[in-house]
Amino acid sequence: MFPIDSTLIHLAIAVLILPLVGFVLLIFFGKRIPRQDLLETGILFLALAFSIYIMVQKVFFLTEPRIDFTFRWIDLGGLFGGKTFPIDLGIAIDNITAIMLVVVTLISSLVHLFSLGYMHDDIRYSRYYAYLGLFTFSMLGIVLSNNILMVYVFWELVGLSSYLLIGHWYEKKSASDAGKKAFIVNRVGDIGFFVGILIIYTSLHTFLFTGIFSGIAQGQLSGSLLTIAGILIFCGAVGKSAQFPLHVWLPDAMEGPTPVSALIHAATMVAAGVYLIARVYPMLTAGALTVIAYIGAITAFISATIAITQNDIKKVLAYSTISQLGYMVMGLGVGAFSAGVFHLVTHAAFKAGLFLASGSVIYAMHHEQDMRQMGGLRKKMPITYWAFVIFSLSISGIPFTSGFLSKDSILAGSFAYGVLTGNILIPIIGYSVVFLTAFYMFRLIIMTFHGEPRDHHKYEHAKESPAVMTIPLIVLAALSLFVFYSFNPFNPEQGWFLHSVVQPETVVPVAQRYVWEQAAAPQDTLNSAAAVSMVPAGVSPEPVSPVYQEVMEETHYTGLAISLTLAVLGLLAAFVVYDWKKIDAEKLKQRVKPIHTFLYNKWYFDELYGATAVAGTLALSKALAWFDGHVIDGTVNGAATLTRLWSSLSGSFDHYVVDGLVNFSGWFTGLLGRGARKAQTGKVQTYIVFALLGVIIIFFAFRSF
Amino acid sequence: MMVPNVGLTQFLVVSAIMFSLGIYGVITRKNAIMVLMGIELILNSANINFIAFTRFGLMNLTGQVVAIFVIILAAAEAAILLAIVLNIYQQLNTVNVDEVDKLKN
Repeated sequence: MFPIDSTLIHLAIAVLILPLVGFVLLIFFGKRIPRQDLLETGILFLALAFSIYIMVQKVFFLTEPRIDFTFRWIDLGGLFGGKTFPIDLGIAIDNITAIMLVVVTLISSLVHLFSLGYMHDDIRYSRYYAYLGLFTFSMLGIVLSNNILMVYVFWELVGLSSYLLIGHWYEKKSASDAGKKAFIVNRVGDIGFFVGILIIYTSLHTFLFTGIFSGIAQGQLSGSLLTIAGILIFCGAVGKSAQFPLHVWLPDAMEGPTPVSALIHAATMVAAGVYLIARVYPMLTAGALTVIAYIGAITAFISATIAITQNDIKKVLAYSTISQLGYMVMGLGVGAFSAGVFHLVTHAAFKAGLFLASGSVIYAMHHEQDMRQMGGLRKKMPITYWAFVIFSLSISGIPFTSGFLSKDSILAGSFAYGVLTGNILIPIIGYSVVFLTAFYMFRLIIMTFHGEPRDHHKYEHAKESPAVMTIPLIVLAALSLFVFYSFNPFNPEQGWFLHSVVQPETVVPVAQRYVWEQAAAPQDTLNSAAAVSMVPAGVSPEPVSPVYQEVMEETHYTGLAISLTLAVLGLLAAFVVYDWKKIDAEKLKQRVKPIHTFLYNKWYFDELYGATAVAGTLALSKALAWFDGHVIDGTVNGAATLTRLWSSLSGSFDHYVVDGLVNFSGWFTGLLGRGARKAQTGKVQTYIVFALLGVIIIFFAFRSF
Repeated sequence: MMVPNVGLTQFLVVSAIMFSLGIYGVITRKNAIMVLMGIELILNSANINFIAFTRFGLMNLTGQVVAIFVIILAAAEAAILLAIVLNIYQQLNTVNVDEVDKLKN
């Protein structure tokens, strides 16, 4: 191992451990440390500096595709000469990891900074920072793990910290309910994830990603079981990344503090699902990828339609997050691997920015979240406003923004997928969501910042947020511009990012690959065992099949034109309806009332789950309670009755037989005594007579004659 | 005068008569003093036996020695018994042995 490798591994471990140190210090000594918030924020910025160093070294200088540090944790089995099942753990750094390290620590440290202002008066200030530290630690753990077992452990840890932070204001019933809902809904997905891990371990006897991929390349796990394993692991991503049908928890999670929403429920944790898909990408079969693509597309569409009707500023952003996550998942599903990961990174910046900006607005409006109470804030909060505009342009995919680059790549991928497989539903959904995204984002901006203030009292008191809150906004707004990712604002292919994050070569059997990859596959499939690393070496090789690449390039400009047109149309539509009021929004609402009600009530998903899953669980619980009350308790009570019966039998035996014998012996002795007492007269002369008689008897008894 | 031929048998008969009289006295008399006197009779009848056996060469000197012991014991016994009877009288105002049955209750 070269020195720089071990340096990077050590730094990565330091980055991982630093937030944990912060968490431990705050949770145990939080009250005694002065300015505990600055401590935690400082720790995070230190971690950020390390991460940036790691990323620069890894992505731009190191030629090795992957630095791995593995150790044997435990050997299971081996008793009686049996086979042992070793479990290896460790961390690995490849390009995606290095980039994700920076994303997580960057967003986390900015959120820490922002919280200095936003959470200033909170009663559980040190606990809040402690949980942020715990979350950052767990998220970095997911990013760094080189095995699926550790990923699962950290996966649950982020779930825990998400639960803790959603319920930060647990005095509010809605907040504690939302925490529980998030936790339970995630659990549904995690069961699938866990079963997937078990399938992998049973077939391949390893948790390491490299081991899994080489095992699959050697054909130890194939056929429908491989597809099922892929889909089950994707289930974890469905829960964590709030994909249809488990997306219902994310909007409720907005009960947590807004910076938390920015960090956990917009930028990092919900993207963990996408990251997981990227990690296991080589083992996903065409079947699994198709499922992933459809789930992503459906999610993107459903949540975008809901977003256009919501009035709570954070709810709109929550649904837009789900929608964008759907995009990423769809991008990975259709084979546009790099684009999906790219969108994950750019989305982290602009969506965290959107949430922080909305936090700034909410802070200024004294925790008012209803957009119908806002309006005209543009003049009062210029920094927040312009940051918001940049973020919105980015999420809508308008050129010169990072969102344009990544979203366009995904759309191009879905277009190529549609052309190659004839599955045109996915690109159609993908493009229609572009229109919806632009529409709801600018509806949000117009309702919040434009027009006349609706609540004059609150408007009077609104002012621009302090510097600790605006600086993160400015940083994130800058990062939402194209220059950081590609110098050509119209072509991401020329940027460093898409060259660093290269699609790993698939290891699934040829017959289970997408058609265009079958054509590109070498005849000898076992060769692909060599391509076990997450990212094949270097920048130059062409991991994406040439056919796919070709179609993507052919259709690129058509797709670009369509998406741009739709985005601009959506933007204009929002202005027409909400700013210039050419069309009355209320009248429009009345005209399409059934649809509006349907969307406004979020497609009735909560009601559906309430009626099926929740009611079903309740009914089952009631049935079980009845069973408990009648059968189990009946058995216990019956046993008790039986014991009592037996005891009373045994008691009467004791009473009548045993006691009877004892009493009889007493009574009999008494009887004898009463008889013998007669002889005892107490008169001396009687005794003498007896004695004399005795003498006479003895005399005759012992006579010798 | 012809001394009748007095042998062991005659002594034993006299002794037996005295013993029986003593027993009779002890059993039938109500008065504790009379009982005591019966006891003396019994003791003395025993003494006669001892002396007679000695005289007729059946016990050497042992009989006489025992007789002297018995006399001494009888004297001591009479003294103690009289003291007891006196105490009984002081406690119970009676020397009737039938009424002295405190042990019974």
